[in-house]
Amino acid sequence: MDLTRRDAVAALAATGGAVAVGRTLLDDDQSADATAADADVPEDALATLVAVAEVVYPDAATGVDDFVETYVSGRVADDDERRAGVVDAAAELDATARDWFDTPLTELDPGTLDGMLRDLRVDASDPDPNGGIPGRVRFYVVNELLYAFYASPTGGRLVGIENPIGHPGGTESYRRAGMEDHG
Amino acid sequence: MADAAADRTPAPRADACVVGAGPAGAIVAARLAEAGHDVVVLDAGPRFDLADREEQLDAHLRPGVEGLWGMGGERDAYATEGPRDYPLNAARVKGVGGSTLHWQGMVMRLHERDFAMRSRHGVGADWPLDYADLRPHYAEAERELGVAGADDNPFAPPREEPFPLPAFPPSHSDAIFAEACESLGLPTHSVPNARNSEPYDGASACVGYGTCKPVCPSGAKYTAERHVARAEAAGARVIDRAPVQRLVHDDAGERVEAAVYATPDGTEHRQDARAVVLACGGVENVRLLLLSASESYPDGLANSSGLVGRYFMDHCFAGAGGRIDRETRQNHVGFNTTECHALYDGTDPLPGVKLEFLNYAGPSPVTQALDADDWGDALLESLRESYGTHLAVGGLVEQFPDAENRITLDRSTTDDHGNPVPEVRWSIGQRTRAAIERANEVQVAILEELDAEIDWVVGPDATGPAFHHMGTTRMGTDPAESVVAPDCRTHDLDNLWIAGSSVFPTGGAMNPTLTIAALSCRLADRLDGWL
Ligand SMILES: Cc1cc2nc3c(=O)[nH]c(=O)nc-3n(C[C@H](O)[C@H](O)[C@H](O)COP(=O)(O)OP(=O)(O)OC[C@H]3O[C@@H](n4cnc5c(N)ncnc54)[C@H](O)[C@@H]3O)c2cc1C
Ligand code: SF4
Repeated sequence: MDLTRRDAVAALAATGGAVAVGRTLLDDDQSADATAADADVPEDALATLVAVAEVVYPDAATGVDDFVETYVSGRVADDDERRAGVVDAAAELDATARDWFDTPLTELDPGTLDGMLRDLRVDASDPDPNGGIPGRVRFYVVNELLYAFYASPTGGRLVGIENPIGHPGGTESYRRAGMEDHG
Repeated sequence: MADAAADRTPAPRADACVVGAGPAGAIVAARLAEAGHDVVVLDAGPRFDLADREEQLDAHLRPGVEGLWGMGGERDAYATEGPRDYPLNAARVKGVGGSTLHWQGMVMRLHERDFAMRSRHGVGADWPLDYADLRPHYAEAERELGVAGADDNPFAPPREEPFPLPAFPPSHSDAIFAEACESLGLPTHSVPNARNSEPYDGASACVGYGTCKPVCPSGAKYTAERHVARAEAAGARVIDRAPVQRLVHDDAGERVEAAVYATPDGTEHRQDARAVVLACGGVENVRLLLLSASESYPDGLANSSGLVGRYFMDHCFAGAGGRIDRETRQNHVGFNTTECHALYDGTDPLPGVKLEFLNYAGPSPVTQALDADDWGDALLESLRESYGTHLAVGGLVEQFPDAENRITLDRSTTDDHGNPVPEVRWSIGQRTRAAIERANEVQVAILEELDAEIDWVVGPDATGPAFHHMGTTRMGTDPAESVVAPDCRTHDLDNLWIAGSSVFPTGGAMNPTLTIAALSCRLADRLDGWL
């Protein structure tokens, strides 16, 4: 299942983040390249998020890097507090990887990264924007990524719903007897 | 949220001061302002910016973000006493728009029997009005709220006018239920919704965010902010974060002179008015009257009957849910499209029972993913396992008025202004319990008809309130037996009017807000004449 920038925009539409970014993309897919540059999220933070997404997304997901970059960029544009939260949490994760494995997070193999997140108890922690490292990573990194994925029609379809809650997917889908084919 | 430094000083003496900007107060304010009167509206809570609704949706879906509408805290402190806790802070919103900010938006007319329970069945109380008196106002109210509906309900009271908007077509799972209900002799029909099926009144059509309760980012779900905007466009002044502390009457004890309110900087102001309309919801209406006790009215304002706060009623939830061997396609939208009033008007059970076919049964993949303690393929697999085959049938059950269910003041606890908080005493009588059991029987039968594996049943022990606060300043013709007259004016004070479901003598089992709106239209007409 291939994730696209368009999917990221669909997920963004649910959050109200960076409507402008989304609109440009929907109007003209060609302009998609502009987004990451506009977004003001440091490259290394984006790379960290992509690496975590590879772990928390199902194996069937491809195109993760573009999807995550577009989503996160849109998400934090016009929201300095969220941007700071995301960037700090990513930096802390990367620092942990360097600490524990003497390696930047992006160079860990997925199994090791998965284990690191679990050892940090990110899987079992309540998301908390003001909490300790596991709570903040859960909130700003893992849940942000899962939200982008499962609130978008593509992620939803994988589960069996093309209009997941939080997505303004029109009022037709609730009447259909089965999932619409990809459209 | 709106500017904390806004001008909150009182206007010169107004024609009408409306206390509370939920639907009850906002409709009265809009109509009076449009009729040319000087209107001031005071609301305890803040204004919420429409531009923030998508952020709020995000906050709602993502665990770890605090409540959307600022419910709770010292401002909203309360106490409960008696056999059942009452979760008051889940049941109301203080803010411009009132509880409609958070509500679901199902809006039905009461049935004819609801107005005459005592004379027909010897229980509860009669209203001093009947359905025919309210019928034209129901039609107005449907236009005010932009109700999407269809005239397909064989049990509904008679109507002549079409609904302003077409009904939402039934959901896929409604069709599954309709089949089962038909074989059980239970006809199903559409639900009137205060939600735009087409653009209406300057607001968008529903786009299916699915999060109606607690927030609709598209503006398709009615909130009383629409009437607040209309009132302001017609010249009304709306002051937010201005909780009224007490009402002050003249020396003769015949008229209210002013509403004394506090502002965020701690100052108290006095808004003088020729008429005061109390529209703070079924709990705070009582508290304000009790807080306004004076030498002439030691038991509280408008309380010479001693009934202010008594006969508190809500609707009780009954429901059952499970899974079937078919795709149910739940959680696309956050509202219902089909219900069944077949059990409503009979005598077995006597309390009214309304069945609702839920479109949001079972977990949504989005929220489940955010709460899960796993990720990757394992998460996907568990989401697939949980989503897709859930169904649930809910319902509301009538509670008859009982003088012992009541709102009083808990003088040992105070709010952020040092006022005693409301204390809610709520219990569920035998007849209501039996009716909940009867509702459960039917709900289970419907699910069994579908060969469902039943996962849960909410019966009389687990039931909870539907957050419809009714009955605490009841309406009647006899001043010894009621607090307001049929025109919603208090028996005791010449210029004090009460809007909202606190005036309902009985509450039926229909969600109350359409009736609140109808009474507000009627009240505004009468008050316009009086002014
Ligand atoms: C979760 C939920 C779902 C619901 N779903 C439905 C539904 O589907 N259908 C239906 O018909 N009804 C529903 N309701 C009920 C509906 O919201 C209420 O019936 C309706 O909002 C009541 O209107 P009101 O104007 O009387 O009071 P409210 O809407 O409660 O407004 C009262 C206002 O008064 C203000 N206030 C309180 N005290 C003071 C004071 N001292 N000074 C100044 N202002 C004050 C408050 O800030 C508030 O804005 C639901 C309610 C909830 C909570
Ligand atoms: S489904 Fe509910 S939240 Fe979504 S647009 Fe319609 S009314 Fe609003």
